[in-house]
Amino acid sequence: MIVGTLSKITGPVVVADGMTGTKMYDVVRVGDAGLMGEVIRLEGELATIQVYEDTSGLLIGEPVESTEGPLKLELGPGLLSSIYDGIQRPLPVIAEDTGSDFIARGTVASALDRKKLWEYTPVAEVGQQVSAGDVIGTTPEGATVLHRIMVPPSVKGTIAKMAPAGSYTIDEIMAVLEDGTEIKMSQWWPVRYGRPYKRKLDPTTPFMTGMRILDTFFPVALGGNAIIPGGFGTGKTVTQQSLAKWADVDIIVYVGCGERGNEMTEVLAEFPELDDPRTGHKLMDRTVLVANTSNMPVAAREASIYTGVTLAEYYRDMGYSVAMMADSTSRWGEALREVSGRLEEMPGEEGYPAYLATRLASFYERSGRCEALGDGDRVGSVTMVGAVSPPGGDMSEPMTQNSLRVTGAFWALDTSLAHRRHFPAISWTKSYTLYLGQVKDWFETEIADDWRAVRERAMFILQKETELQEIVQLVGPDALPETEKIILEVARMIREDFLQQFAFDAVDAYCPPQKSYWILKTILAFNDGATQAMSRGVSLRQVLQMPARDEISTLKTTPHDEALERMPELVQEISEQISGIEVL
Amino acid sequence: MTVEATLDRSLLSTEYRTLTYVTGPLIFVENVHHVAYNEMVAVLMPDGSERSGQVLEVSGTTAVIQVFEGTQGIDIDITRVRFLEEVAKIDVAPELLGRILNGTGRPIDGGAPIMPEKRLDITGSPINPYRRAQPADFIETGISAIDGLNTLVRGQKLPIFSGSGLPANELAAQIIRQARVKSGEEFAIVFGAMGITHREAAYFMNQFESTGALERVVFFLNLADDPTVERLLTPKCALTVAEYLAFEKDLQVLVILSDMTNYCEALREVSTAREEVPGRRGYPGYMYTDLSTIYERAGRIKGQKGSVTQLPILTMPDDDITHPIPDLTGYITEGQIVLSRHLHRRGVFPPIDVLPCLSRLMNLGIGEDKTRDDHRAVANQLYAAYAQGRDLRRLVAIVGEEALSDTDRRYLHFADEFERQIIGQGDVGRSIEETLGIGWELMSGLPLGELKRVRDFIDQYHPTAATEKAAESGDL
Repeated sequence: MIVGTLSKITGPVVVADGMTGTKMYDVVRVGDAGLMGEVIRLEGELATIQVYEDTSGLLIGEPVESTEGPLKLELGPGLLSSIYDGIQRPLPVIAEDTGSDFIARGTVASALDRKKLWEYTPVAEVGQQVSAGDVIGTTPEGATVLHRIMVPPSVKGTIAKMAPAGSYTIDEIMAVLEDGTEIKMSQWWPVRYGRPYKRKLDPTTPFMTGMRILDTFFPVALGGNAIIPGGFGTGKTVTQQSLAKWADVDIIVYVGCGERGNEMTEVLAEFPELDDPRTGHKLMDRTVLVANTSNMPVAAREASIYTGVTLAEYYRDMGYSVAMMADSTSRWGEALREVSGRLEEMPGEEGYPAYLATRLASFYERSGRCEALGDGDRVGSVTMVGAVSPPGGDMSEPMTQNSLRVTGAFWALDTSLAHRRHFPAISWTKSYTLYLGQVKDWFETEIADDWRAVRERAMFILQKETELQEIVQLVGPDALPETEKIILEVARMIREDFLQQFAFDAVDAYCPPQKSYWILKTILAFNDGATQAMSRGVSLRQVLQMPARDEISTLKTTPHDEALERMPELVQEISEQISGIEVL
Repeated sequence: MTVEATLDRSLLSTEYRTLTYVTGPLIFVENVHHVAYNEMVAVLMPDGSERSGQVLEVSGTTAVIQVFEGTQGIDIDITRVRFLEEVAKIDVAPELLGRILNGTGRPIDGGAPIMPEKRLDITGSPINPYRRAQPADFIETGISAIDGLNTLVRGQKLPIFSGSGLPANELAAQIIRQARVKSGEEFAIVFGAMGITHREAAYFMNQFESTGALERVVFFLNLADDPTVERLLTPKCALTVAEYLAFEKDLQVLVILSDMTNYCEALREVSTAREEVPGRRGYPGYMYTDLSTIYERAGRIKGQKGSVTQLPILTMPDDDITHPIPDLTGYITEGQIVLSRHLHRRGVFPPIDVLPCLSRLMNLGIGEDKTRDDHRAVANQLYAAYAQGRDLRRLVAIVGEEALSDTDRRYLHFADEFERQIIGQGDVGRSIEETLGIGWELMSGLPLGELKRVRDFIDQYHPTAATEKAAESGDL
């Protein structure tokens, strides 16, 4: 056992002497209170440690004990519907154990419920050869998810003994291999290492979010990654929460990294109440929350996104599609900067450490669609959506720019849209996606042949509007010819009746991709009809008075089935109404 | 963080005369033993007086101490340092209400000493997110731009972003005077003044006295000429008292912190003296974390009656909302109220520029049983129409009003009236019903077809819709 003594304390970073034998990133227990920390620098006998808890009151000379292993998570049934802090301590258990409404230091709590019985069904048999990733049994976790008990990575052999079907706790032994290795329902994995997989696959299925602008204009593939940068008040958190509620995936991992306590409460209060549109059960049944609010210790915040992604990878390995939301990665970057500053490292751009880009890249590369280890050809995916909070809304700052280089989609939030209460305030001029080529086949098969054409025409009209707006700013709207005024009107319809989506409306909160497509198609039908009529000499005023226009504006709040049934008729009616207009 | 009452060490405290280095607000003491991080110290001056300080860093046998009352008069030879073996604490008791304390929590109003009921660590501990209760109760501030458009709810932290010379204090005083919750309970007020001028302090004092609010106020006073570093403790002391009153005495507490800019300046001063790597504009890289440990001490707790609501005031240097202080604040708080120099010059009071304002918790506090069913829709419509009117103003400046369509001219008129009637209410309070009523009145100046966001409520609330519709159908 390695025990050193504390020799220097400065904020969350401390130095311990006599730590020979410790490895980088090993977890240590600091002081008599046993505060958890992690070794981040070694120098002779000295180990520099970032402490996950407040260090006030620590004394020079107190003992520092190494656990001789890196920060690990316990992975097993019971993770879903839990809420953890940044280093996988369950917050409800902490509250219960300490009887306090506040988080005390040095608390130790088991991540998983050790007493709960799980209904276990064996899948493997005695005498079977198993290796990493093979499923030996299953247990239902909550009402909707089947938890697969997998052979941990690096374990291999022939099963000598198997537990029969029945109820077990996570500490009981499910299988014993011939070499004596015991396999339990839970396993441990170090958070800073990606879990192994057989191979990565090309992401070709879109990650459906139920948000019209994202699904239609800037789709991301399952296994892809996206960032949402935006100044404060532009709706990062609301967007992240909408994604968590409606995204078409099996498992949600939601990481509140250095964000507001009341926002986490909102998630905590809402998710257990929300019905899951996919299964009819509660959304919380397939969600894991990691909450490390801004006033909780900074080093645990740094660890929290790794905790999140490790949990996501574990469910990916079972063959599920997982979405991980990190809100906000900038707080993680700042934690990195703060610790780097305390280490007196040479600062890079804006005080961030020079290794920021490398860390970001290795984090985002843990997303992906993978064929899992083991038999059975399980394919799972981890899709990551990271919020970025650029200071002053200035996207040229290092966090945004470094994230951009390694992610596949950029959903830029725009302050001026937010100010005029256009929500989601995602800019259609600045955002982009690199997954279009990979997912367009899916859309063209599943939604409509002309999906891509419709999307591009709508984008073109919005682009044209931006250009025309510049002219209007200079000479006034009256100077435009009628043919261009109609473009402005149609663009306005696209903005108000399609892009704007009210996250708090019962119907509008989620929009299926078919409906998104048809709303856009209807607006374009109106555009075609209007352009055609005006070439006959019909005035813009007459076109705008068409009753169909009002109906288009109500489509998004019309119940989905009703709207889907109605829209093909409406397209028909529009062309009839338009050809019915007489030239005055 | 709960460091147990006293640190477990010898009862004989030692005095050190081993000062080696004094710089800015910091002193370095050598050959110390058993010193704790963040421990409080007494500095015994050559003239016999005593100052207080706190350990910022310990390294081997060297301790770095920040002295709250400044380092003038400290020498290397005679000055002694005594370690107090506890982290910074404050005495709390219900009798604090009605008292005036200095920036570190000692009474300065000449009244009786406070009989402490408890001695609490001022750093506090983070509330377990699992134990937080969702803020849900509407606070009627009587100010339309806040109640109607950026509703404040109990347990929220909503800062006021001001500029130098803008009436943020007057607005805060008006909110203190008028703030009510539905149940009718009065707020206990904890006021943390950091580096404000004597004139400003006197203004608040007079306000409290004239409205009879004084006996429910705890006033922490660190004036502009008081030691800068003392300011670093003021908000923490104020919030410790606030948490005590809220979660142990079941009171509804409203915390006003003015001015957070001065606090951040003090933070920068200490950081620079410690020769730390500076972040943006010289502010330390940990300023976000530091501010969050202040702002996050607001909220409600499950099963508790009391609540802490925060209204911090800060001055945006050069009215720049992207300056690190307002920027980092905005990322932590649940929205912001932004004051506008433009409106102030035009004589609008309170000069709240509603476009960059936001209340993130608004949806939790409004709606049918809380304010009125049409509240959300009215707020959205007013926002959209006002934004459009403001855009048109820019256009008018270039092309003139004649070039506008009739609808556009009505939007322009709407924006003017919105600033005059809704925002510029003067110093009288308004109920939420009055605010919404005026909103509908203004909206009736716009064509019915433009009111898309309040469509469902037109029949019920629109003052002239019925007659307009009748006239329209008569035309056809």
